Parts: sequence; structure tokens; C-alpha cells
Amino acid sequence: MTNEELKQYISALFPTVTYDETGEFLNILIASNELKPLVERLRQDSALKFDYLFCLTCIDWKTNLMMVYHLLSKTHRHTVVIKAKIADVVKPEIETICDIYQTANFHEREVYDLFGVNFKNHPDMRRLLLDESWEGYPLRKNYVDENMISL
Amino acid sequence: MSLLGEDIVTEEGEFVINIGPQHPSTHGVLHLKVWLDGETIKKVQPHLGYIHRSIEKMSESLSYRNFIYATSRMDYLSAHINNQACALCVEKGLQIEAPPRAQMIRLIMAELTRLASHQLWWGCTGLDLGAVSPFFYAFREREAILEIMEETCGARLTQNYAVPGGVMVDIHPNFQKRTKDVMKQIKSKFKEYDDVLTGNVIFQNRNKDVGFLSAEDAISYGCTGPMARGSGVSCDVRKWFPYDGYDKVQFDEILGKEGDCYSRYMVRMHEMRQSVSIIEQLIDNIPEGDFQAKTKMVLKLPKGEFYQRVETARGELGVFIVSDGAASPYRIKYRSPNFSNLCALDKVARGSKIGDLVAIMSTIDLIIPDVDR
Repeated sequence: MTNEELKQYISALFPTVTYDETGEFLNILIASNELKPLVERLRQDSALKFDYLFCLTCIDWKTNLMMVYHLLSKTHRHTVVIKAKIADVVKPEIETICDIYQTANFHEREVYDLFGVNFKNHPDMRRLLLDESWEGYPLRKNYVDENMISL
Repeated sequence: MSLLGEDIVTEEGEFVINIGPQHPSTHGVLHLKVWLDGETIKKVQPHLGYIHRSIEKMSESLSYRNFIYATSRMDYLSAHINNQACALCVEKGLQIEAPPRAQMIRLIMAELTRLASHQLWWGCTGLDLGAVSPFFYAFREREAILEIMEETCGARLTQNYAVPGGVMVDIHPNFQKRTKDVMKQIKSKFKEYDDVLTGNVIFQNRNKDVGFLSAEDAISYGCTGPMARGSGVSCDVRKWFPYDGYDKVQFDEILGKEGDCYSRYMVRMHEMRQSVSIIEQLIDNIPEGDFQAKTKMVLKLPKGEFYQRVETARGELGVFIVSDGAASPYRIKYRSPNFSNLCALDKVARGSKIGDLVAIMSTIDLIIPDVDR
């Protein structure tokens, strides 16, 4: 499906979502609590069949955190990007999708480690790269480390 | 008591051992905690971060010209391809294209990198499974490739050759002749490779029907590269989303069927032959012209998000740049092939014997600095 067809198809299923088409891919903007049903539908629907999550990351926009999911369908060869906004930056939380895509398990742990986003119902929510005793979340924009030297 | 301060034997009678972080078969500082029932693997838990340098955070304070050099230190065996991915992503943001000559040089260099990487992997696979000689055979040809690189780029391993807009310098006058000679040499050695290792009975027994990964799992775990293609999943970025002129060359995407260690091994062996064929098609046809497009001194990407993927020797590398219009990226994410391939390690290894873990690890071909970044 082309971006326009995808947009129409998804709009019929989820009338509340908004879109951003400035980039290469079709971006779907949603609130953090709408993520799980949307992703489940995108994975299951035979016309969409997004079976491959190829990039999962987070962006710190200072006033909010934004989860970014890049999905590809191996059958239909179309791509979509889901952006879920997390308004609470002090205690960010979002539903896990690692029961739908196995690869999300480690990627979510990485985001938890470096951004502090807590994934609800994740089977193993521990730090991945840093030590358990590490304080703060390094990829946040407000992270300060006294050992950090800027050139 | 183990190193982690937990009991060595669990309540269910499972035995917990640590493999690594300093272990020859992990090819780097990967630490695996393995739960065993007798010799059978019940669970594998990777402990990462021993070589985490936070390249993503560093890149946020570097310019669009400088951040590329850090990526050579991720997957150091595909250093040029990493640089190429970043250069392509910045070019996408600037809406420029490298001149045809630069594109083709980058493509040939990328295939040379893939060959050199697969040869190192082939030697190490033999070494892991107890065959020492393949290592020397592999390094004989790999050395010849690295010398070509050194002559043109000035570096053997971390080339830093691809820059936004093309390549840093033009190719050395000897480049074409030497490359052709080396390709001829490598082509004549493939049979030797098969005689030394592929056909060996012990080697085959240790790889066949070991470390099975189904096609559905390969997709769900986000595996790419020879690991996914060994299970029959078509995922070659060079075919799916061609870049730098891959749509103009003839080559096959190698797909395995069984999804076991031997299948992954054979995919890489055939990929080497494909790389040689790609280089031979192009080496005499490098177009004349500039090797670099004209760009401004300070590069500034427009506000927005840019995603570029390339096929490294290990799979799909994605570079995701978020720009706020400044001279350095606001956020950069590397979707590294090794990180996603590692996700599937637990699934692949469960139910195997502890001795098979070495065969599994070597056919997954993990590069730890790329996992930790």
C-alpha cells in the first residue's frame, strides 16, 4: 500500500489518530495509552501485516518523551512509523509490545536504561547496558555528569 | 558462590555458569549467564555493557562531518559500511547525491569490506570449532584486501573513507589493477576453503541440525543479514532498498532453508562469491568525474527525521537522525544488526548442548562493540 492508502485504511480502523507526512515514511501520532491496540491491529490485520519491528527508540523533547516504532511488512513491503507521546517526564510509562514483537524485549530494556521509560508488563525490566547502581538516564537532555568534558 | 554473588545451583537443580566476559569464543567482552540441566541449555541471559561508550550521546555534540568517525568503532569489521550509512543519511537530509564515481567507489569498497569481514569470520569459525589452519588461509586473502584499503584510504581497519557527498580522496592509481589481481586470487581459493573446512566431517557434524531458528522467529526477533537469510527470510537491504547503485548490478540474494548453523555458514560462503562477482562487474567501469560533491563547510540538516539503512556484513544497519536544524544531530539512533541478532540467542540456544553454544555463537557472528555501542 502507498502512504495515502495506508492512511485511509488506518483512519477507518482508528479514527482518532493523527498523521505527519513530512518525512519519508507515514508517521502515526498517538497518545501513549493507544499504543497497544494499534500495534496489535497492525500486526494482525491481513491487509497490513506489519510483522517486522526494525527500529525502536525514544526521543527526549524536554517537555515530553516520544517513543518511535518503525514497522515494516515483509509481505506487503510497506513501512509505517508510530510515535507515541509520553507527557509525564518524571515517571514516564508505556505499555510493552514485546509479546507482539520479540525483538522489543531488549530494545525496550535499552530505552529503559538510557531514557528511564518504564514499560508496563515487561517480563524483565532491568538495566541492559549500564550498571544497576547507575544514577540517572544518560540520553536524557537534562542529564549531567561531572566527568563529562565538552570540547 | 559465583562471581555475581548468586548460588551456582538453583532450587530446581539447574547449574548456572558464566561464559565470558573474557572467553575466546565470544570474540569480545560478551558475558553470558547460562542455566544448565546436565549439559542441556535451559536459558541464556546476555549481560551487556562492558564496552558501552554511548556513541549516540557523543554524536549529539559532534558536527555532521565528525560523528561519522565514531561509527567506525561500532562494527569494526564493517567500518566502511557504517561510514557509508551515515554519509548516505546526511546526504538524504541535505537532499544531495554523491557523484556516480563516488557512489561506485563506495560500493566497491563496501563489497571489499564484506569479503574481508566474512573471511575473518570464516577463519574464526574454524578456530572456535578446533580447526586452527583455516585461520591462516583466511588471513592470507584478507591481508591482501586490507592492503588495497590501506593504499587508498590510509587505514586498514577504520577507513573513514566515506564522507557526506562522496569519498574523502580519489582512489589510488594502483587500485583497479590490484583489486582485479586479488579477486582472481580469491576466486581460485574458494575450492580450497571448501576442502579445508566445509567438507570436513567433524565440522559438518558440529553444525548440521544445531542451533535452529525458524523464519517466523527470525522476523519476530528482528534478525537480519546471513542469520535471517539462513532461515530463508529475504532481508537483503541491497535488494529491498537499493542504495549507491546496487540496483544496477547483478547479484543473487542467498537464502538458506534449514535455519541451522550449517545453513548460516553456507549463506556466508556463497555471499563471498557474490561479492567477488559484484566487484568484477564494476571494477573496469568506474565512471570518470568528481569523487565528492561540493558541500558547505558547516553542514546543517533541515528540521526533520531521516532514516537510512544499509546492508553491513552482519545485517541491516539503520541510522536514524533527528534534526532540529542545528549543526549537530538532536538525537541519533543506530539500529545495529548485532544487537537485534543477539536478541535471538536465547531462543536459538535453548535445548542445545553446552558444547554447541560455541558453534551457535560463531555462526551468529556477533561483534560486541556494535552490540554495546
